Amino acid sequence: MIRQLGKSGWVLGLVGLLVALAILTKAIQPDFSASGFESLARASLPFAFATAAMTVAILVGGIDLSVASMMAVASVTAAVLMDGAGDLTAGLVVAFVLVVGLAMGAINGALIVITRVPDIVATLAMLYVWEGVALLILNAPGGAAAPWLRELIVGSVVPWVPKSLVFLVVCLAVVWVPLKRSKLGLYIYATGSSELAAYRSGVPTRATRVAAYAIGGLFAALGGLTLTMSTGIGEPIPGPYLLAAVAAAVLGGVVLGGGIGGLLGPILAVIILRLVRMDLTLASVDPNVTTIVEGTIMVIVVMLGGILAVKGRQT
Amino acid sequence: MSAGADRPAALARVGRFLADRPVLPLLVLLALLVAILEYMRPGIVNERWIANTVKFAIPLAMLAACQTLTMFTGGIDLSAGIAATVAAFVMATMTPLLGAPLAILVSLVPALLIGLVNGIGIAFAHVHPLIMTLGTGLVATGCLQVYQRFVIATGSVVPEALAWLGTGRTWGFPNALVLFLPFAALILYAQSRSGFGRLLFALGSNCHAARLSGVRAWQVYLALYMLSALIAGITGLLYVGLIKAPSLSLVNPLMLPSVAAAVIGGTSIFGGRGSYTGTIVGALILTVLGTLLTLLQMPEGARRILYGAIILAVTAIYVRLTEQT
Amino acid sequence: MRDEAAAATPPVLEASGVAKRFGAVTALSDAALTIRAGEVVALMGANGAGKSTFVKILTGALRRDGGTIRLHGRDGTLASPAAARAAGIVPVYQEPALIPDLDVAQNLRLGDTPVEPFLHWVRELGVEGLRLDETAGRLPLATLRILDLARAIAAEPDVLMLDEMTAALPTDLVERVLRVVREQADAGRAVIYISHRFTEIAELCDRAVVLRDGATVGDLRIEPGVEDRVVEMMLGAALTPGARGARARAAAPTGTPRLRVAGLGAGTALEDVSFDLHAGEVLGMVALEGQGQDELFDVLAGFRPAARGRLEIDGRPASFRHPADAIAAGLTYVPGDRAEALLSERSVRENIALPLVARPRRWGPIAMRREAERVDAAIARMQIDTRAMGEVRRLSGGNQQKVTIGRWLAAGVETLLLFDPTRGIDVRTKRQIYELVRELAGQGAAVLYFTSELEEVRLACDRAVVMFKGRVVEILDAADASDARLMRSAYGLAPEEADA
Repeated sequence: MIRQLGKSGWVLGLVGLLVALAILTKAIQPDFSASGFESLARASLPFAFATAAMTVAILVGGIDLSVASMMAVASVTAAVLMDGAGDLTAGLVVAFVLVVGLAMGAINGALIVITRVPDIVATLAMLYVWEGVALLILNAPGGAAAPWLRELIVGSVVPWVPKSLVFLVVCLAVVWVPLKRSKLGLYIYATGSSELAAYRSGVPTRATRVAAYAIGGLFAALGGLTLTMSTGIGEPIPGPYLLAAVAAAVLGGVVLGGGIGGLLGPILAVIILRLVRMDLTLASVDPNVTTIVEGTIMVIVVMLGGILAVKGRQT
Repeated sequence: MSAGADRPAALARVGRFLADRPVLPLLVLLALLVAILEYMRPGIVNERWIANTVKFAIPLAMLAACQTLTMFTGGIDLSAGIAATVAAFVMATMTPLLGAPLAILVSLVPALLIGLVNGIGIAFAHVHPLIMTLGTGLVATGCLQVYQRFVIATGSVVPEALAWLGTGRTWGFPNALVLFLPFAALILYAQSRSGFGRLLFALGSNCHAARLSGVRAWQVYLALYMLSALIAGITGLLYVGLIKAPSLSLVNPLMLPSVAAAVIGGTSIFGGRGSYTGTIVGALILTVLGTLLTLLQMPEGARRILYGAIILAVTAIYVRLTEQT
Repeated sequence: MRDEAAAATPPVLEASGVAKRFGAVTALSDAALTIRAGEVVALMGANGAGKSTFVKILTGALRRDGGTIRLHGRDGTLASPAAARAAGIVPVYQEPALIPDLDVAQNLRLGDTPVEPFLHWVRELGVEGLRLDETAGRLPLATLRILDLARAIAAEPDVLMLDEMTAALPTDLVERVLRVVREQADAGRAVIYISHRFTEIAELCDRAVVLRDGATVGDLRIEPGVEDRVVEMMLGAALTPGARGARARAAAPTGTPRLRVAGLGAGTALEDVSFDLHAGEVLGMVALEGQGQDELFDVLAGFRPAARGRLEIDGRPASFRHPADAIAAGLTYVPGDRAEALLSERSVRENIALPLVARPRRWGPIAMRREAERVDAAIARMQIDTRAMGEVRRLSGGNQQKVTIGRWLAAGVETLLLFDPTRGIDVRTKRQIYELVRELAGQGAAVLYFTSELEEVRLACDRAVVMFKGRVVEILDAADASDARLMRSAYGLAPEEADA
């Protein structure tokens, strides 16, 4: 079904859904303004990066359950190193954290390739390992973030164009656009689509897998950084990003099993899911009920994704 | 049998030995850990310490039963901890309203509901159990928070009977054994001598072969995840009797160790192989290891790394060993 | 290049004594093939002769255990498909090789295929209007095969390896393919052509290399009348038709059949199959690979629904949505691949007793003694060697197969569907299985027995059905089923007059 809708059809559908939700938002809250949109965009940032990380892992035919934990590691690493540091040092810290993210992802991928333990089990174990690492670095929320980093994502360039959205688009574009056009990007899709056929076509499937997880780690590090940037502290306990990322990827048209999907759909899905949450809050629904509704939506999305994947395999 | 090179042959033999008798090396490991503990703190290992260790190992072993049974089929139940917490919290808050016996019965309903949703997602939508149970766990946590706001006025009571069961001792033996011994006997009996137990292994070993033999997998998955949730609920009731302070994150600390206990106990996370006996020893090992790590003042972070590393290492070794033969 | 001068040019590819084992099974023992530039050589052999293993070794997808491969006179050990490609050996495998979720242009980029030559060959091969931005998975199978071939030719290989290239193609495309391949050979490439179709081989090839039981047994020049010699070689000279164990002609079965299959079709491979299977009868079935027999057994066993046609059991129409339905109707299935049927980590006892606990009302406590009796009876009847009790995967192949059959003995047999039950097992066990099948039939069971060993039709069966291209081409009495007749019929050749 996803195939029949075509690559752009799915994204267009998401855009339509987004517009409908925006109209709904305006109906619920007539004075919904640029500042509301700004906070929505900022709240979406970590979810968006978590989803991007998950998307790359799913595209290559795997899944990375340790996304939220890697974000926690990146967040506390940044917060601890930036505590009391100058602006220039903070810049170096950002670079370092990104390298750490790449390394964490590469370790995940390498462990999967070397141990031959299935992705889902290996990254479940790594979920705990990275969680532990984050706790070792920082036992309780703390640390600090350089003020100029906060400036990057707080506020708007012009009304209705929040800086956080610009930040997101720039970061994703810088990594994703060259990747998608490179041979590596092709290898990732090929490996996820059919590992055997890819191998027969001469694709170095093992190295591709490691590289894909490393890029996922990079996105996770960006997600962790945005957490520290927006709150000003490091948070060692992973947030609720794992299931949200899987759900957003599936809703965004990425097929569990690999090979199909892009990054635009999942990012739109993140914004849709955040908007649903905001609308519920605006409609003065109990925040805990909001969590339930949100969770239920995610579970249903994942179940539908499972059914579609089964159907896709049959045809 | 082909005569292979020496090293793989030896490895294969070791693999077979461990696969057939996973409990033996585990008991050796347990004894070793106890010996290290005694060496570090001479005199610590006494009757009281043993009773205490057993007391804390029992809820872990029970929660690990959820993981063991689901792993027999190649699944996992990450919502077990939350199902347990839900049961415990609902029971404690319902007791002032309904009285203990009725509250206990009522409290198992939401737990079973979690299991039902898990079963539906896994049996019919073919969602990976890991993702499915993670999702229901999240939803259940939200529900519990909402529920808490409604019952904030009623307060909570842990019935005497549960406190007796959770913490009490009789002639030096923890009272929890009254619950655990029949429970363990039932699981051990069911895993090898009931049709249901056979089917769990059959689905985990070769789902296609089970289908071919006329097994309708969805029936088994549905029943299994509801059973797992029921066990989790009962564990929650026992655990709240031990801790005596119901909270929204009551059983969460047991979640990761419960997976680790089953994996250490020789139950294959890929399904088809394992025994609850190993899980019980695994739970004891983890409890003693916990004491040891506390003595060493090992921070929480290092513990999680250790548990994660154990799960990955044991699974990796398992993959290698099964590829040998 | 069909003259004597050819012999003078050095071979492009020279393989000799190639051997490959998978565990205890010897797939290849002494495979050999020599090919020169400008030649098209057919690689032939019956099912299980080792063709696909040999092809995988020649194209770097598998490592050989023994023998030599020389490429342009130098050592040609190929570590991977990529290495083989770099060395000038380009295969077109049976399964489409394009990545289904990538578009055509991306697939070309993946293998560094030049686009212009590719498009040229696509047109030359008769496919018009191909869009490069089309997702490969959405193209029809025939087009995918053509694209695979065009991609291979565009890479300008020294050796082109075509495995069942024409199997999924309509006739007009087949003509084009044969012409283009011939042109390629005339332009100086060497082509290895694997096919079951004699007409194509006669039209296209210069020589035929014949494999039997993992060894090259013949290298023949293609000339009129060579079909019979190839069939002879594939069968092995030792087997004179009908010499061994010809059974007494069975009385023609009458009455309502246990199982009636009428006009059954499913998927693309199973077109239109009809036959009757009676109680007390063993009905043999013979077909080359991929003639629809897999789909037929899947439908009968309840794994997939039929798209067309009818099933009747004891005169009543039946349709299955799950294997449990088929089992309830008395149809029990033993698949060809033992790995599909065994719980390899579990014991013999649990494997045999599995159908006994399948239904929810058997989920409770097991009557261990009664179960032990039934399992022991099945073990005794199958003569399963249980010295290696414990995990079934440690049993020999023969004993494993006995376990998969014994499972249904313990549960009771009405209609048994056996798919190549003696593949890769020892002679003694084979004999036991023949005896068992006869015994079951004698007790009133109906048995459908697919076999890739023609001899078994006479050893175990009463009648035989031959399938070709998804249809039944012949139903004959086992006593008349000489290897030559079965083989000709399975290759879709007309029955030979001289034989009668």
